[in-house]
Amino acid sequence: MSENETIELPIDKMNPGTDQPVLEIVELNKSFGNQEILKNISLTLYKGENLVVLGKSGSGKSVLIKCIVGLLKPDSGTINVLDKNVTSLNSKELNELRQKIGFLFQSGALYDSMTVKQNIEFPLRRIKKGLTEKQVQDKVHEVLENVDLVDSLNKMPSELSGGMRKRISLARTIAVDPLIMLYDEPTTGLDPVTSDEISSLILDVQKKYKTSSIIITHDMKCAQKTANRMMMIKDGLIYKEGKAEEFMNSTDSYIRSFSM
Amino acid sequence: MNKFIPVGQIKNFATKQTVRLSNETFVKKKEAANFLTDIADVFLFITRIIKETFSVNFEFREFMRQCFQIGYKSLPLISITGAIMGLVLTIQSRPVLVDFGAVTLLPGMVALSLIREMGPVITALICAGKIGSGMGAELGSMKVTEQIDAMEVSSINPIKYLLVTRVLAATIMIPILTLYADAFGIFGSWAGANIKGNVSFTLFFAQAFAPVEFIDLIPAVIKSFFFGAVIGLVGCYKGYNAGSGTQSVGKAANSAVVLGSLLVFIVDMIAVQITDIITS
Repeated sequence: MSENETIELPIDKMNPGTDQPVLEIVELNKSFGNQEILKNISLTLYKGENLVVLGKSGSGKSVLIKCIVGLLKPDSGTINVLDKNVTSLNSKELNELRQKIGFLFQSGALYDSMTVKQNIEFPLRRIKKGLTEKQVQDKVHEVLENVDLVDSLNKMPSELSGGMRKRISLARTIAVDPLIMLYDEPTTGLDPVTSDEISSLILDVQKKYKTSSIIITHDMKCAQKTANRMMMIKDGLIYKEGKAEEFMNSTDSYIRSFSM
Repeated sequence: MNKFIPVGQIKNFATKQTVRLSNETFVKKKEAANFLTDIADVFLFITRIIKETFSVNFEFREFMRQCFQIGYKSLPLISITGAIMGLVLTIQSRPVLVDFGAVTLLPGMVALSLIREMGPVITALICAGKIGSGMGAELGSMKVTEQIDAMEVSSINPIKYLLVTRVLAATIMIPILTLYADAFGIFGSWAGANIKGNVSFTLFFAQAFAPVEFIDLIPAVIKSFFFGAVIGLVGCYKGYNAGSGTQSVGKAANSAVVLGSLLVFIVDMIAVQITDIITS
């Protein structure tokens, strides 16, 4: 076996992947004005795992993943994604790296002047430039089937419900076959049934597309269902890190307050 | 009788005044720094737009869509405005010209006014309202709903896709709309002339274009390109740099119209001076 070849290990709920890190954050600091949002955050995401980052609103969870994709620039610290330091990349290199990262926005961020089909085609045609028209249409159909919304192909985003928007947004993200998925509050604002469906979809994406994911949430049910590992942020600092069971069985009142 | 003020009170007063002055100086300094930062931002923004305009992979489809939105969808408004402009100008000027027995000069005077000044400026102001606010609101809401961020994380350049296409479309379509408004203005003027008189369209048309030379058209068209660029740039800048929250969308749309209209007048003033220097 050559040095460049990688071994694909099966994903297990408890012991998901390999010990091969795909994303490493070391001593990340970020502040807005005088307000420190993230203080010395360090974390590692391993290949094939779902890492859930918990924390209450305003604790800096979304800022963390926005720093990972270069939407925000950290004050200090390093972010290595797929062996590339995000903070030192030029715009061309950053764009190349972003093609391997999928980002599901809290609001879905669907382009409201485009239909569902155009929303999925838009990044697909630009990132996967070699695809034929048939391959593009097949891919659109495939991802819509994965999120069970083939019927919505020609609908506008304004005609979709909150849950449908999230699913279409997920379909758009997975259409370009990302290696790492970043979910920003995927179940916020959804009813319990739809939240559960989205959590199931996150697991399906992990299995089918072999992605490694960071899931930002404060929904303990979603965390419990999707997490291989969990981390809690409080006041910009890592409060606790461990396996999902440790969080579920924790006697810490702050952690338990998320399960209420 | 001398009045004695305790030294402590004077010291207290001096300290308060010093603190107040230093606070005011700090605020003024901050305001000046913000103003300079804003100017630098605008300069960088324009530089980036120009740079991206000439880069590879031009978004032609989106550019054509914007031309359709800006050009075709503005036709009814520009037609009505242009016709009313010509009609009102004729009705207002006619009594004065009748008094001097120079009513035959009416078509030529209206045509020259429309082509040289009224057509370009009124069209640009209408477009600053319609297109500038549209751009500010659309881009502002895209920013608020994270659609621009979504483009960036998909490694799609939002400057190239959203801004370059809009600025270019405005730059190209506004001169075309200006010529269209001029044509409707002359139709409106003919209609106005026929309210109190009776003149055939052929005669009116011949009299209208008799004093008009090709040199009258060129500065007007050139300045219309600048009006278009200014409206596009201001609309895109305000929308793209909108803050978070729905309030900032309204603010972006509003300031795009206000600043766009103001800049149209400033560009017009500069253009008139340059034209005057060149032609005299």
